Amino acid sequence: MSRRNTVGYLAAFAVIGVTVVPLLFVVLGGFRTTAQINSSPAGLPGPFVWDNYIEVATSLQFWRLLGNSMLIAVIATTLAVVLGSMAAFALSRYVFRGREAFYTLFTLGLLFPLGVATLPLYLWLRELNLLENPLGVAIPEAAFSLPVTIVILRPFMNAIPGELEDAALLDGAAKLGFFWRILLPLSRPALITVSVLAFVTSWNFYLLPLLVFNDSTNFTLPLGVAMFQSEHTQDTAKVLAFTALSMIPALTFFVFAERRMVGGLTGSVKG
Amino acid sequence: MMSAAITTRPPTAPVPHAPAAGGTRRRSRLRTRLELALLLVPALVLFVGFVLIPIGVAGYYSLYSWNGFGPLTDFVGLDNYVEAFSGDVFQGAIGHNLIIATLSIVVQLPLSIGLALLLNRKLRGRTFLRMVVFAPYVLSEAVTAVIWLLMLQPGGFVDEILRGVGLGGFVQLWLADQSLVLYTLFVVITWKYIGFGVILLLAGLQGVPPELREAAALDGASAWQTTRHVVLPLLGPTIRIWVFLSVIGSLQLFDLVWIMTLGGPANASTTMATYLVDHGFKRYEFGFGSAVAVILFIICFLFALLYQRFALRRDTQGALTGVR
Repeated sequence: MSRRNTVGYLAAFAVIGVTVVPLLFVVLGGFRTTAQINSSPAGLPGPFVWDNYIEVATSLQFWRLLGNSMLIAVIATTLAVVLGSMAAFALSRYVFRGREAFYTLFTLGLLFPLGVATLPLYLWLRELNLLENPLGVAIPEAAFSLPVTIVILRPFMNAIPGELEDAALLDGAAKLGFFWRILLPLSRPALITVSVLAFVTSWNFYLLPLLVFNDSTNFTLPLGVAMFQSEHTQDTAKVLAFTALSMIPALTFFVFAERRMVGGLTGSVKG
Repeated sequence: MMSAAITTRPPTAPVPHAPAAGGTRRRSRLRTRLELALLLVPALVLFVGFVLIPIGVAGYYSLYSWNGFGPLTDFVGLDNYVEAFSGDVFQGAIGHNLIIATLSIVVQLPLSIGLALLLNRKLRGRTFLRMVVFAPYVLSEAVTAVIWLLMLQPGGFVDEILRGVGLGGFVQLWLADQSLVLYTLFVVITWKYIGFGVILLLAGLQGVPPELREAAALDGASAWQTTRHVVLPLLGPTIRIWVFLSVIGSLQLFDLVWIMTLGGPANASTTMATYLVDHGFKRYEFGFGSAVAVILFIICFLFALLYQRFALRRDTQGALTGVR
């Protein structure tokens, strides 16, 4: 048994190494000068140079990218979760003809990834005058997050006992009151999960903002990182510092939301 | 169909209480209709308006030769489709997507299973390990692309590490060599997405009852036999879902390729999605680009339908249950 565990630890170390080394390369490289990186790409910082990080962290560009990404992700998440939970409520606690057809329609969306639709989406957004507008990115992102939101929320809402609803209705609550005061609070774990998924999807999305935004003051963080890299090809250290800082929000968010994310992803698979 | 997974659960909503008087019943039915409309219509509008309509509209545009401006007048029928399929670059792009999809299944799947089995042991720091493995999945593809672009520069980090451990002879022009670039990209994809597979499979392993392993061991099965004949079959549903997501992802590969190589050198790493953006957007061939979008969509859709029909059918019962 102990020999097998040794193999396990060796594998674990290999995995950590392969995963973490590229991240360390970025973070530590940001503390060096481009000349140092060019002469010895795999060297360690010595002495630590703070200029790159300070320059990036005090630049308007970085904070504007961060703000744009935040704004779009918040709008997209709010839209997807509010509209998605309303639809999930209708599809789980009402009995009506065509209910399963509506549900099937939404689940079909799981098969329509955003990437496929971006070109026509771009033309459609141009028609609606939503180019160069944060809403032009946030609204389609919300639309494409709806299917997974509904697919996760509906079974969760279904599983909440009908007696609770009967009791609420007997106490004179309206059906919508039951939704707002009892069902939504009870669904909080699932609501957090779908929010995290929608937020991360929006935060990392690249193709749609690439098409919608031409003006670099509107760019989101992924666009900004790619642009900064192509604009500063001679200044590797600064690109590394920029990239390192732009990883912080996603990684911080991940540390706090890891259980929800993993739960959401694995919860959608029979385990 | 994926939907069949969810429709099996009987509705738990109580039937609306039947009021005594006919008038109130009619009023309450009207009220229910209004509530339903209020709850469903916003989501439907958003979904139809920004998911279904654009895809439908693409089918219409694809029948025209159109630069994206002015009225659609130049009807060309299916010419755009014929042109796409008969072009070397697009054929190459489909080939590249298929290579990535195949490599994912042949390389990433065994790797993920092996890692998941190893990490499922009672190791110290398992929670930390799980987070580390999953971390690259959280980074955007854009950040991943920039990191690896810098590491793979000629004479850069990767080259120096290889020289440092005495493998200097293996140093290549990772992203500039036409015969190599696709495989370099595949390594980067694997770095980013392997954690996703491992996490899914670890969750799947939680569902394997320990009694089954014990029973197999009592019957004299070796560790390998237990894994092969008891654990792996139970992981079947998880593996099938992973394969599905992985293939769909491979077919739509865009961000990494676009930032790292733009599909180059000499179209050696073009994918269907980079081809689509290159033609539709950069060259203002919106009719042609729409045709490519429709082709990509149909390929994904056909794969999804066939896969659901033949591979996922036995898993559909409860395959998409919610969060526990």
